[in-house]
Amino acid sequence: MALLLDIASWALLSIGGAFVFIGGVGALRMPDFYTRIHAASLTDTMGAVLVIFGIMLQAGLSLATVKLAAILLFLLLTSPTASNALASAALLAGLRPSGEVATDEEQST
Amino acid sequence: MVNHPAVGAMRVALLLGLLMAAWVLWSGQFLPLLLTLGAFSCLLTVYLTRRMGYFDNEVFALRFGVRLFSYWAWLSREVLRSSLEVARVVLDPRLPISPQTIEIKATASHPVDQAILGNSITLTPGTLALDVHRGKIQVHCLTQAGAADLMSGEMDRRVAALRQD
Repeated sequence: MALLLDIASWALLSIGGAFVFIGGVGALRMPDFYTRIHAASLTDTMGAVLVIFGIMLQAGLSLATVKLAAILLFLLLTSPTASNALASAALLAGLRPSGEVATDEEQST
Repeated sequence: MVNHPAVGAMRVALLLGLLMAAWVLWSGQFLPLLLTLGAFSCLLTVYLTRRMGYFDNEVFALRFGVRLFSYWAWLSREVLRSSLEVARVVLDPRLPISPQTIEIKATASHPVDQAILGNSITLTPGTLALDVHRGKIQVHCLTQAGAADLMSGEMDRRVAALRQD
């Protein structure tokens, strides 16, 4: 049982680490500001979630797990808020996103 | 909308209680110095929150209940799906992105609901909420597929359904 937990935990940690790594590679490869934010958001969603779940399996049923759950909740609430603030600051500063502007008018009935 | 003063006082007490419970739970220490520091930070937080006008209107939206959890379950699946999609795009040697800005409508009119919708959009990799203006949310999308997904309006419908009684 302990071995199974360890295997599951290491799998989660490794996959989470891979997502963090891919997010970093993406932030380097993407051509402009807004697309870099997209790549970086891999890090604070899948990366953070999987790594924290991996640590939770190591911590077992303890207060530490409750704290990790709280960290996860706050992270998931605050990181998109930070991204929004970053993007709207860039927009206000006059950095136009590339690509055309479309609306959902013609598609919604 | 401004509430009755007693309602405001009750909210202040509720927040103070929650904060103190959180402090004791997180620290697990009962030294007088730490407890004093905790009481001080809780009072300071309540004071700042009050100055922000937090207790004057209905922002304390703890009444979503079970429906919020089923929304989270759906959102987790979306996040997983688009994470894999964005990871595939990043690792593709050709970097097949088609960045575009779209505007979708937010059916839910309450500020908290619009914040939930905007944050859900940003939390999903490949879509980024830029601005909310008159019930329209401007979204930057990494790929055409991501934009089409959002245009289908499923997320908007699900957020709007959160508050129906």
